Amino acid sequence: MANIMYWEAIQRAHDEEMARDPLVICLGEDIGVAGGTYKATKGLYEKYGPLRVMDTPISEGGFTGLAVGASFLGVRPIVEIMSVNFAWLAMDQMFNSAAKVRYMSGGQLTAPCVFRSAGGAAHQLGAQHSARMEKVFMGIAGLRVVTPSNPKQAYGLLKSAIRCDDPVFINEHELMYNMKGEVPDGEYFHPLEGSEVARAGTDVTLFGYNISVHWCLKAAEILDKQYGISAEVVDLYSLAPLDRAGIKASVTKTHRAVVVEEDEAPVGVGSEVIAIINEECFFELDAAPVRVHSALVPQPYNHTLEKAAIPDHEDVVKAVLKMFGRA
Amino acid sequence: MKIEDKKRVLREMVLHRRFEERCYQAYIERKIGGFLHLYPGQEACCNGVMEAARPGHDYVITGYRDHVHAIKCGADPKEVMAELYGKETGSSKGRGGSMHIFDAGKRFMGGYALVGGPFPLAAGIAKAIQLKGGDEIAICFLGDAANNQGTFHETMNMAALWKLPVLFVCENNLYGIGTSIERSTAVVHQHKRVAAYNIPADECDGQDIEVVYEHARKAVDHVRAGNGPFFLELMTYRYRGHSMSDSRGYRTREEEELWKQRDPIFILRDRLIKEGATTMAEFEALEKETDAYIENEVIKFAEASPEPSVDELEKYVLADRESQLPWLTGKAA
Repeated sequence: MANIMYWEAIQRAHDEEMARDPLVICLGEDIGVAGGTYKATKGLYEKYGPLRVMDTPISEGGFTGLAVGASFLGVRPIVEIMSVNFAWLAMDQMFNSAAKVRYMSGGQLTAPCVFRSAGGAAHQLGAQHSARMEKVFMGIAGLRVVTPSNPKQAYGLLKSAIRCDDPVFINEHELMYNMKGEVPDGEYFHPLEGSEVARAGTDVTLFGYNISVHWCLKAAEILDKQYGISAEVVDLYSLAPLDRAGIKASVTKTHRAVVVEEDEAPVGVGSEVIAIINEECFFELDAAPVRVHSALVPQPYNHTLEKAAIPDHEDVVKAVLKMFGRA
Repeated sequence: MKIEDKKRVLREMVLHRRFEERCYQAYIERKIGGFLHLYPGQEACCNGVMEAARPGHDYVITGYRDHVHAIKCGADPKEVMAELYGKETGSSKGRGGSMHIFDAGKRFMGGYALVGGPFPLAAGIAKAIQLKGGDEIAICFLGDAANNQGTFHETMNMAALWKLPVLFVCENNLYGIGTSIERSTAVVHQHKRVAAYNIPADECDGQDIEVVYEHARKAVDHVRAGNGPFFLELMTYRYRGHSMSDSRGYRTREEEELWKQRDPIFILRDRLIKEGATTMAEFEALEKETDAYIENEVIKFAEASPEPSVDELEKYVLADRESQLPWLTGKAA
């Protein structure tokens, strides 16, 4: 097991897959000569050259569409969209071409593209560099959405996504690239579907994904130590499809659920998970499931306002205590 | 063009024309649903370019006015018609419809209905060719109105920057839906626009297939020789409206008549008659024979074909589950 950073895990997955298959390429802004804004493609340009590691012009719709077109012929492109905010400009190609081409061609063409993008609020980046957009991607038929919460997942999910014949959107997080964690030494493929129990518990399930898994874990520790409440944390690393069976299993065990998302609440992961709970195990519930989420505002620049807009572990603790009538 | 090629292309163009006119009729009869964008008037464009290229070998991608492009690439007219009827035997198994004809086996990479969407896809196909080192080229057919999308400019920049083997063919029919090019586009001559990206370009009459062929030959040769992209503008006209819901109130009947004087099929027919290669009687017989083929084979096939099964509503959304299991479960060998 190597203890490496999130960005290093992503870089390693790129490197291994590019060494294995000459049709794996990567493209995006600043990913080549400059080595990538988050270093996820560091050293690849020197190793694989400009034909396979492509510094693109700043034109998200254009280079995303180019990657989709190349994938029709069996090329396996990994597109880095520097900030998820810029993905709006690429969505026509992601949604109307990549996600739909298999269906509208009756199975003749497929777009095995990987779209990687950094989402989330970092440090005072303001409204146009702080979005969380997973809720937009997870509602598109034909697109898979995964969201790694640690280096092991970041490595294994990218490896699996590159090999998968479906288009996969990987939602990374700006604040996590320097996070360290254990990654297996040998090749490792993380499942693209499912969820995992990050911490076992008996009294309430905290559903998180990506950075919110860490808020949940911290909250679970506080709940355990200070309030004697045993919280289970479920990491929803796959947002499309969501793991109905995993959600049901945990709620059937704990009978209470809190869904924690950094995104705003309307039509988000929280509403979707709670709908699944209602459909799958409503009569198992001892309390109404709740959401912990950010405020519905364009992300403010001011640090105090920014902090107030985004939830953290304390908000999770509060939500659980309220649910238990102890707030 | 050789005389036997011209005779063959005349037959093909008659098929293309009558196929489209029969679609019109089937639409009126409510056998075809959705939107229907027809090609009569523009036949010399697709035929002229593809005679200079290699149908079935070079990759072709286009917009929603796509039936004839598919057939020219080698798609079976029966399957194209069955697609318009929404049948399981259709070229996209009834899931695509008129605007999404695909025949990957013939390297017809599809019709797309978001205006301008195919530009970057074409560049991507060209990128894949470049990476694999084949001698194919990518050919992207689109109308003049698509050139006002951002994708046009983004793609021209990338194609030129990376010397991608892609030929852009602009079928300039003077109208974007119901808006004339003079009212929508600051630079009316489309081939001039790509000068900003250092892309060589050419423009010619799109009604005379021999003229199109000569210009396309140079364009195709340029791209196939590894010189990067080329942009070809063909001046043409669609006889019918943008789609079936278009009564063409935005243009005059006089203008339409003027263009019909330069019908691409009649230009070729009259030349062949003059050259003694055919006669008017032969041509009329060809039309009848084509109509009979369309009626007795194409339409009959579409009518008799089964509907897709509702049990398979969700087929083709994602890749076949069994083949993907190693990645879905993480249990890769």
